[in-house]
Amino acid sequence: MTLTTDKDGNVIGTQREVRLTDTTLRDGSHPMSHRFTEKQVRDVVHGLDDAGIEVIEVTHGDGLGGSSFNYGFSLVDTFRLIEAAAEEAKRAKIACLMLPGLGTIEDLKHAYSAGARVARIATHCTEADISIQHFGAAREIGMETVGFLMLAHRIDPAQLARQATIMVDAGCQCVYVVDSAGSLILEQASDRVAALVDAVGDRAQVGFHGHQNLSLGLANSVLAQRAGARQIDVALCSLGAGAGNTPTEVMAAVFDRLGVATEVDVPKLMSLAQNVVRPFIARLPFMDEGSIIQGYAGVYSSFLLHAERVSDRYGIPVVELLQEAGRRGYVGGQEDMLIDIALEKVSEGSHA
Amino acid sequence: MSHAIAAIVGSGNIGSDLMYKLLRRSEHMEARYMVGVDPASDGLARAASEGLVASAEGVDWLFAQDERPDIVFEATSARAHLANAPRYRQAGIVAIDLTPAAVGPYCVPEVNLEANLDQMNLNMVTCGGQATTPIVAAVSRVVDVDYAEIVSSISSRSAGPGTRANIDEFTETTSDALVKVGGAAKGKAIVILNPAEPPMMMRNTIFCSIPTSVLDDKGLQDRITESIHQMVAGVQSTYVPGYQLRADPQFDAPLDIWDGMARVAVFMQVTGRGDYLPPYAGNLDIITSAAAQVGDLIAQRRINPAKAA
Repeated sequence: MTLTTDKDGNVIGTQREVRLTDTTLRDGSHPMSHRFTEKQVRDVVHGLDDAGIEVIEVTHGDGLGGSSFNYGFSLVDTFRLIEAAAEEAKRAKIACLMLPGLGTIEDLKHAYSAGARVARIATHCTEADISIQHFGAAREIGMETVGFLMLAHRIDPAQLARQATIMVDAGCQCVYVVDSAGSLILEQASDRVAALVDAVGDRAQVGFHGHQNLSLGLANSVLAQRAGARQIDVALCSLGAGAGNTPTEVMAAVFDRLGVATEVDVPKLMSLAQNVVRPFIARLPFMDEGSIIQGYAGVYSSFLLHAERVSDRYGIPVVELLQEAGRRGYVGGQEDMLIDIALEKVSEGSHA
Repeated sequence: MSHAIAAIVGSGNIGSDLMYKLLRRSEHMEARYMVGVDPASDGLARAASEGLVASAEGVDWLFAQDERPDIVFEATSARAHLANAPRYRQAGIVAIDLTPAAVGPYCVPEVNLEANLDQMNLNMVTCGGQATTPIVAAVSRVVDVDYAEIVSSISSRSAGPGTRANIDEFTETTSDALVKVGGAAKGKAIVILNPAEPPMMMRNTIFCSIPTSVLDDKGLQDRITESIHQMVAGVQSTYVPGYQLRADPQFDAPLDIWDGMARVAVFMQVTGRGDYLPPYAGNLDIITSAAAQVGDLIAQRRINPAKAA
C-alpha cells in the first residue's frame, strides 16, 4: 500500500488500503424522497462511526441546494442534518455533495460551518471545468476534496481521464468514476478506473461509485479496487437511487474475505443494516423494471421515483419515460424533462 | 434622422452575435465600434469586414474617438464592467451590461423596460433570467408567488468559458432576478449543461408556487394561463420569435415532497435566430436580443430625439 501525497509531501485521501465511504444518508435520500429525520441520521452515523467507517456523506440526494420542486424538498434542512451527523461522529469525517449549477460556494461554506470536512463536487462527466472554482474554494476552506464524474458510461476511458485531470488540476484529491446509471459492466468499470489512475498518478486517489441497476455495483467495485481505486462508495441495505448502491455490509464482508483491508467492523455493519436501517426503509431499492431499464438504457438513477410520480400524474408507463430520457441523452439534474416527455406523449395522443 | 451610435465592447461570441443583430434589425442605432483587447481576435476581424471601426486597444481607444458612442454594450466580464461603468457614466454614455456585474438595475424588456428607460446603466441579468423571469412575472401579476424556481438546460457547446469559470454567478444572479423582476417572494435557479449531440435547444422549466385556492378555481387558472400566453406573445413579437411554450401550464396539487406547496409548471424552449451563433444557442440569443431591444428603445425614445433637437 502506498501513501498518496501532494507536491508538498502532505498525505492526501485515505491511508487505508481501501476507504469505504458510506452514502446511505446522501444517495439513500432519493428512495427516502428526501424525508430523513434527524433521529435516523444520528442513529446511522452513530453506528457507522462505531464500525470504523472513515467518511460518511450526509446531504440531500441531489447535493447542497437540492431541496426544490425539481428534486423534492428535504423534510429536515440539510445543514441541520450535517450538524447532527457531525455531533454524532467521534472519528468519522462528514462529507457533503454539491453539484455546481445547483449548489454554490456559499453552500459549501455553510456546510463546513455545520461540520462537513469532505467536499464531494460532482459534474456530468464531460463538464469538469465548471467545478474549478468550487475545488479551489473547498481547499481554501480547508476541506478534503473528492470529484465526481457522473454518468461515466457515456464517454470512453481516455476522455474520462482527461476530465479527471481537469478536476485534479483544480485541487481535487480523489476523482471518482461515478456509474450514476448503474450501466457499466465489469471491465467497463475497471478500464475507466485504470485510465484515471494512469492519468492522475500519485497526485490524487481514484474512487468508484456503483449502482445495482444491473446487479453489478459490488462486482464492479471489486474490479475497481483491483484496478487501483482507493475509495469505494457504499450504502447500507443498498439504500440509494435506482436499484440502490453497492451494499456497505456486503462490500465490507467481501473485501474482508479477499484480504483487502478496509479497517471496518463487518459484524457491526451487518447489524446496523439489519436492525437500524432496514426498519425505517419504506421502499427498499430493488431491481424492478424501472431500475433495470436505467442500467440498460443508461439513465441517471435518481430519475426513478420522479418517473413514477410523472407516470401516476399523466398515465405514461415508467419504462417509456425512462427509455425516452435515455434516448434524448438527459443528464443528472434534468428531472423536469420527465414531465416534458409525458406532455409530449400525451399530446401525441398515444395514451389518450 | 440621426441614429444613436452604438459600441460593442467585447469581441467574443456574445459581442459578435449582438453585432449582427444591430446590423440586421436595429432601427434606431448605428453599430459603429467594436472594441476588443486581442489583435488576433476573429470577432474584431469580422466586425471590420462588416464595416465597423474595430480596435484591440480597449475602452481607452473608444474614449479617444472624436465621435463617442451614445450607447455601449458591455460583453466582457463583470470585472471589466465594474472598471468601465463609472467612465461610461461620466461621459454620458448609456451602458447596457451583458456581464453579471449588476451595476445598474436588472432589465428584462418585456417586464420592466418601460420603467427603466431613463437609466444610464442597465444589467441584462443572465440568459436563464431573460428566459424565465417573464413567466414568473406573468404568474405573480395574477396571484402571489411565494417561491419561484427555474431550471435552465443549455447545450454544453453554448456555455462559454466565462459561464463555466463562474457558474455560481448564474445561479445567484438569476435567483435574485426571479424576486426583483419576477415578483416572487423567494427565488431559486438551477442550470444544467447537456453535451448531447446534435446539441439540444435551450430549455427552461419554471415552477411557481400558487395559493392552494387556485386549484378549485378554474377561472383563476385560466387567468394565469392567459397571462402567461400574453407574456410569451409579447416576447415573441418584440425580440425573440423562438420563445415558445412546449405545452400549456400545468397546475399541480400540493405534495409533501414539495413542502406542501401547490404549483404551476411551465415548460419552454428558446430557439435562437442563428444570427451568428447556431439556433440551439437560444440562451445566448435571448440575452443579445434583449440587449438590442433595450438599446433600440432607449435610442428611439431618449437619445435620437435629443440629438434631433
